Amino acid sequence: MTPHMLTRSLDRGAAIFLMIVAACGILIPLSNLLLPAGSALQVPTYLVALWGKYVCYAILALSIDLIWGYCGILSLGHGAFFALGGYAMGMYLMRQIGTRGVYGNPILPDFMVFLNYSKLPWTWYGFDMFWFAALMVLVVPGLLAFCFGWLAFRSRVTGVYLSIITQAMTYALLLAFFRNDFGFGGNNGLTDFKDILGFNVQAEGTRAALFALSCLALIVSFLICRAVVSSKLGKVLIAIRDAESRSRFLGYRVESYKLFVFTLSACMAGVAGALYVPQVGIINPSEFAPGNSIEAVIWVAVGGRGTLVGAALGAIVVNYAKTFFTSGVLAPYWLFMLGAMFILVTLLLPRGIVGTFNAWREQARERRPAATTASAAAEDGITEPKMAE
Amino acid sequence: MPSKLTARLASLVLSLFLIAFALPAFAGPFEDAVAKFANDDFSDTDEAIGAIASSGNKLAFPIISALQDDRLMADPDTKKVYVTGTDGKSIDAATGEPVASVPDSASAVRLNNRLRRSVDAAIGSLTLQSPDLGARLQAAQSVFKSHEETALEPVESALAKETNKSVKAALGDARAAILLFKSDATEVQKLEAVATIKARGDQEALALLSDIGTDQPASVAKAATSAIGSIQNSLAVWSTVQNAWYGLSLGSVLLLAAIGLAITFGVMGVINMAHGEMVMIGAYTTFVVQEVIRTRYPALFDYSLLIAVPLAFLVAGAIGVLIERSIIRFLYGRPLETLLATWGLSLVLQQAVRTMFGPTNREVGNPSWMSGAFELGQITITYNRLWILCFTLAVFVILLAMLRYTALGLEMRAVTQNRRMAASMGIATSRVDALTFGLGSGIAGIAGVALSQIDNVSPNLGQSYIIDSFMVVVFGGVGNLWGTLVGAFTLGIANKFLEPVAGAVLGKIAILVLIILFIQKRPRGLFALKGRAVEA
Repeated sequence: MTPHMLTRSLDRGAAIFLMIVAACGILIPLSNLLLPAGSALQVPTYLVALWGKYVCYAILALSIDLIWGYCGILSLGHGAFFALGGYAMGMYLMRQIGTRGVYGNPILPDFMVFLNYSKLPWTWYGFDMFWFAALMVLVVPGLLAFCFGWLAFRSRVTGVYLSIITQAMTYALLLAFFRNDFGFGGNNGLTDFKDILGFNVQAEGTRAALFALSCLALIVSFLICRAVVSSKLGKVLIAIRDAESRSRFLGYRVESYKLFVFTLSACMAGVAGALYVPQVGIINPSEFAPGNSIEAVIWVAVGGRGTLVGAALGAIVVNYAKTFFTSGVLAPYWLFMLGAMFILVTLLLPRGIVGTFNAWREQARERRPAATTASAAAEDGITEPKMAE
Repeated sequence: MPSKLTARLASLVLSLFLIAFALPAFAGPFEDAVAKFANDDFSDTDEAIGAIASSGNKLAFPIISALQDDRLMADPDTKKVYVTGTDGKSIDAATGEPVASVPDSASAVRLNNRLRRSVDAAIGSLTLQSPDLGARLQAAQSVFKSHEETALEPVESALAKETNKSVKAALGDARAAILLFKSDATEVQKLEAVATIKARGDQEALALLSDIGTDQPASVAKAATSAIGSIQNSLAVWSTVQNAWYGLSLGSVLLLAAIGLAITFGVMGVINMAHGEMVMIGAYTTFVVQEVIRTRYPALFDYSLLIAVPLAFLVAGAIGVLIERSIIRFLYGRPLETLLATWGLSLVLQQAVRTMFGPTNREVGNPSWMSGAFELGQITITYNRLWILCFTLAVFVILLAMLRYTALGLEMRAVTQNRRMAASMGIATSRVDALTFGLGSGIAGIAGVALSQIDNVSPNLGQSYIIDSFMVVVFGGVGNLWGTLVGAFTLGIANKFLEPVAGAVLGKIAILVLIILFIQKRPRGLFALKGRAVEA
């Protein structure tokens, strides 16, 4: 009975969450574009871009929650998939600059002219077409995650060992992308973008549209995650999280389940990165820094691991706090705050904000008179067949 | 008539004047040469250098060395040249008489690059017979490099008088170098010279032989080519030795950073992301100790590290116990959460140190016994690296002995192997945990003392070691100090051998990828614990 009630309350939470995201996705761009600048209800463009960034982080958090919260895979290298998606989009945006760059070379981006490249490296072929870049946003992180996961899960690398080698992976990529001769802009990364699909990246309309798209992507990602975790597959994932060996002995191909969810999660992180880059206007190797990936994990922990809504909420709350603290006189204390957040959340709030809230509501409901419980049980009876699908 | 007479008189007076003025210049070849400095003409200066160097005058060395340091002053009006001493007193260069002051019209004799080489060569030959052993050796080496034909005579006379073995060898090399480049040396002399230089066998010998030009007799050219080949071979061997040494040195640093982690991770299964910060705290302890010594007891500076080692152990160890009691003990059995909490802790510690000591690098000095280097064959070994290697091995042995022979070590091993069984046998596992964590942190603190000698002491010091340390522990295998030792030295040496081939960054990436692949093959590392502990 208890898990059903939890699911149902989550369902309601999920519906509220989706409605809020959809409302933001529609209202914020509209208010930005239609209301006159300076009006009390008008959202300034810089805020649209800032919130767009948060929404991208929320997608990244969702992808981490999917594997950590539901399958027990703690990836400390998810920032790598995020950054790879971002680089794929950045490469498309670089090639759109064309002759408007400082050196005016129609084919080669500025940094390649600067570094005396004679022709475009093969890795950059096809990135002048949006569909190809969009495909690569999914394929590159997905493929890396597939290869990495295929090796790691098959040889049963689990727990902290997996965390450490994912960290090594993102660290290796960080070092690689910092190299100038790696062909992706070295430590300056890719920047100075002009337009995306023919629209000016800096324009208010484009920013509003990107924000709406990010919200849409968040909704779609959320629905995908929801579909995965509430399916039979999701049940197996939870079983793996709680007792991996037992699931294996029951006959499940643990590594295949893990591989699937890990790859899916990497693709989602890639999409988040791809939406992030045009809104922020730059992608550079520091996105691969191991610290970034760990920070993303703490968003999930703060919001509530294994709750999906909590992950997205955690990303937004923590990043809002970061913006708030680092832009004021409190800036030197931000790292104390962040560090304390890591410690306190793991010690005192292991289920995160949403998880704790859910547990608290569940407790409150159990304390209610028997009559209410009976009707709740009846409702559960209705929802049960839906769960089995 | 009168006009003729006056003209004669005038010319007589003039010539008298000229003689009076020119007299010092014609006093002798040495004085003549000295006066040439006053002409302010590069070719005259060159001649003067050559003449003075071969004059055998006792003033030759002070003059040339003054010329090298821009202390040789020449007065173009009076053609007088003065040597200004480093102590501010001046002498007349031609006579050696002290003078009260150098006239204002005198200016330092100018040099160009070609002249600087002549000066170096002149100094080289002049110091060949200096009573100071080090000066003679250096002079012989500088002649070897410059191989000026003019130096042949001084080298040979020095060689005849020399008694010290190493100076004699250096002089022999210098003579060979000169003969090799001397156009009128016989073929036999040149062949002998090639053999001598080949026996020397270092980078300079290689440069010299590759530089001999095309106008040599065929047999000499052939001998030189074969000598180049054999020197290159021996240099390749030495560079392997050098890489191995660098690898050992890097390995010792990795081992030092990882060994504490191996204890906490191995015994307690705790991922301590704040481990690097314990290293940093150790380094800052060294800084504080040195500051106190500098301001209060400067005489004790050479002992600063000896004082810092136990202090760093205590400070970092105490902080470690505190962390274990206040955070980690609530998270046992949840390794991933421990990882996050300790990461947060590392941020707090870094920021705290940044607030206290500032974000910039703090200077930690090397005591005298750790500075400098010595030559071993063709490689240079710095004392600080050598000491760190010895220190690391000492720490390793002490730790190993502690685990093997003390009661705490026994308890720690018991808890590592089977926590529940150990608890049933009456071991206070939570006390062992706290002490183990303190021990691991304390050793990280000691590592910080050593690393402060070779790395920048900044709040980010620990961060740069944390990923490497984890790689070492994971590669070596958890719960086994020998695994950590082998892991650290393997990674260190592999890294240094990859560096010349692939470059520093690419080499590091290759190592990371190799470890990731290695973990697939052996998920529990090189030396995995066997038995039930594995599944815990």
